[in-house]
Amino acid sequence: MTDKRSPYHACAPALALLPTCAVTVFVLWPLVNIFSRALSWDVISRMATNVVIRQVLWFSTWQAIASTAITLLVAFPATYVLARFQFIGKRMLLALVTIPFVLPTVVVGAAFLALLPDSLHRSVVAILLAHTYFNIAVVVRMVGRRWEQISPLINDAAGTLGASPFTIFRTITVPTLATSIRSAAAVIFLLCFTSYGIIRILGGPARATLEVEIYTRAIQLGDLSGAAVLSLFQLLVLGSAMWWWIHTSHRSVPLARIQTYSAVPHNFRQRLIVYGISTTTACIIVIPLITVFVRSVSTGAGLSLDAWRLILGNHATGLGTRPPLGAFWISLQYAIATAILAGVVGLAASGAIAYGGRRIGQLEILVMLPLATSAVTLGLGLLITFDSGIIDLRSRWIMIPIAHSLVALPVVVRTMLPVIRSVPHGIRDASATLGATPWQMWMTVDRSLISRAWVTSLAFAGAISLGEFGASSFLTRRTSATLPTEIARLLARPGNLVQAQAYVLASLLIAFIAAFLVAVDGLRPDRVAV
Amino acid sequence: MLHVADISVSLDTIEIFHDLSLELATGEIVSLVGPSGSGKTTLLRAIAGLQPLNAGKIFVGSRDVTEVPTYRRGIGMVFQDNQLFSHMSVFDNIEYSLRISGVNKISRRQRVAEMLRLVGLDDLGQRTTMQLSGGEAKRVAVARSLVAEPSVLLLDEPLTGLDGELHQRLLNDLSVLIRSRGITIVHVTHDHNEARQLSDRIVDIRSLSR
Repeated sequence: MTDKRSPYHACAPALALLPTCAVTVFVLWPLVNIFSRALSWDVISRMATNVVIRQVLWFSTWQAIASTAITLLVAFPATYVLARFQFIGKRMLLALVTIPFVLPTVVVGAAFLALLPDSLHRSVVAILLAHTYFNIAVVVRMVGRRWEQISPLINDAAGTLGASPFTIFRTITVPTLATSIRSAAAVIFLLCFTSYGIIRILGGPARATLEVEIYTRAIQLGDLSGAAVLSLFQLLVLGSAMWWWIHTSHRSVPLARIQTYSAVPHNFRQRLIVYGISTTTACIIVIPLITVFVRSVSTGAGLSLDAWRLILGNHATGLGTRPPLGAFWISLQYAIATAILAGVVGLAASGAIAYGGRRIGQLEILVMLPLATSAVTLGLGLLITFDSGIIDLRSRWIMIPIAHSLVALPVVVRTMLPVIRSVPHGIRDASATLGATPWQMWMTVDRSLISRAWVTSLAFAGAISLGEFGASSFLTRRTSATLPTEIARLLARPGNLVQAQAYVLASLLIAFIAAFLVAVDGLRPDRVAV
Repeated sequence: MLHVADISVSLDTIEIFHDLSLELATGEIVSLVGPSGSGKTTLLRAIAGLQPLNAGKIFVGSRDVTEVPTYRRGIGMVFQDNQLFSHMSVFDNIEYSLRISGVNKISRRQRVAEMLRLVGLDDLGQRTTMQLSGGEAKRVAVARSLVAEPSVLLLDEPLTGLDGELHQRLLNDLSVLIRSRGITIVHVTHDHNEARQLSDRIVDIRSLSR
């Protein structure tokens, strides 16, 4: 849906230029490069008849379906409580359930490695649990946002027509939520199908998703053509899913008015439900995080702060590498650069899509491409394309923020676009009748209404950069390692003290991202309590 | 038919009314008037079972419905802002109560078609609720409540927000429609003209509390 009445219509082509160039140069070109260099029918038939590849495909698919179903079930009670009630600690709980989603997948994998008994390490159960933990926020945010907009008066109206609470849930609540449930399921499926960090840590050699197989073939086996075939196949699957997601998310049931409703639990039964579910959810979220910290002070000979001293003292790990704390500062610089790059490109893209006509609106599909491409394919493409010749960007510091910005771009656009579209025409018209030029109108009306969403999207882009692992595992070098790549490297080494150092870095990352989220949540507009 | 006996209601810690009583005969239409904040809507919600009572009883006929949940009271309500189900068509909205109470499909279709004809929306059954004008949405809300054949119908400012001519036309239609059905009705309004035209009796809510 595009904004034909927008007074900024004429600016849309200029706004579209920057994101179009960015995605063309840093996504489309690398993709074309991968496929044109390595693709041939011989390779395709070799991969199609390969038993291992079939096993990888089957595992990628079924674990993604199972993870999606389990996540929807586990997250539903928390979603209900957070959407329908006002209670002490609600904002804290909302921030808490969001933490796993923005944690690096490597940290989530490490947390479950620390939490689960040895018998469940490198098991399907561990993978499903970690995927569920990681994706709870998707259900809470996507379904919850819709749920909190359902007026309680609609339920009252159904009640006066003879509908019992269960009938109301079945005939009013579920159909109204159906689109957001489908969207959340599609997002979770995509994330689990392309799972990389969690599988690298918890899957072991016997279990690989397509994403892990692409990495293994490209980096460990040097089978670039095989990796390219898998990337192409994954691109087709994810592209189809993305297309379906974008189209179904436009078809949501319109609500009479966009307002949020939540009530204070008013009797003992409601208080029991609200605080029981909240406490259980908080425990589910917090326990793996605490376990990471506990492991950071466990070095085999009981509790010890040796790992913290080594990291905070910025000593080398004794493995011939630079001090791990350096990765923390490098990650922070990348995060700031990513926030700026993704913020600027994302704002331009969102503006072009919202203000332009149907044709420029197609840019939405283009900027969603990095999501469908997957971070690993993106990293592989950038590595091949910018590693040599006249454009040797790989050795440049900016390469990683560029890759992270591309990963963050769909999130920035998805955060900004609904807000830009929701600016009422009426106040723009009023501004115009008072003599404001389109530029003055944008600066005085639109800018103030979208600035919170923009700052939120910058924070999300920064958090994504901090946790990004897929593209980074292709592009970082020893001297430019990020926190997640450093954590994965340390976890792969033997020795309690080295592993404890991985958990120290993970603890720092958790604390940093938690602070990020609390700040972002503070930017959300207040709800209407009834 | 409807007997509200000495009820008291609080919202949060504020008592909205105390020991309020009201009695309506079968088929009687009573308009409740009073200033904003005097508890007119709260009284309707209490009668419908949507608002807990601090004290008192509510009877429909000889049946004490005080502890009966809303969906079993047989009391219909037209809300001030309609509260149509936006994920359903006009037809599905009106059909809703018949469907959930297990009325067979043929009978449902007949009754909904009849109701659409009565409210003058014969051709709009397949429209979404978002495609309706203010007046059409009001008609759908009334039709949806009437098709359930409630023994008592509560009208919460059903014509608020409609302009002069449309307001008058809908008021005439509503008056004919509800009188032909002989339903007991409590009608809340700010508009004394509307109250005079629609009801048998006008009551100031402030006069109902002891």
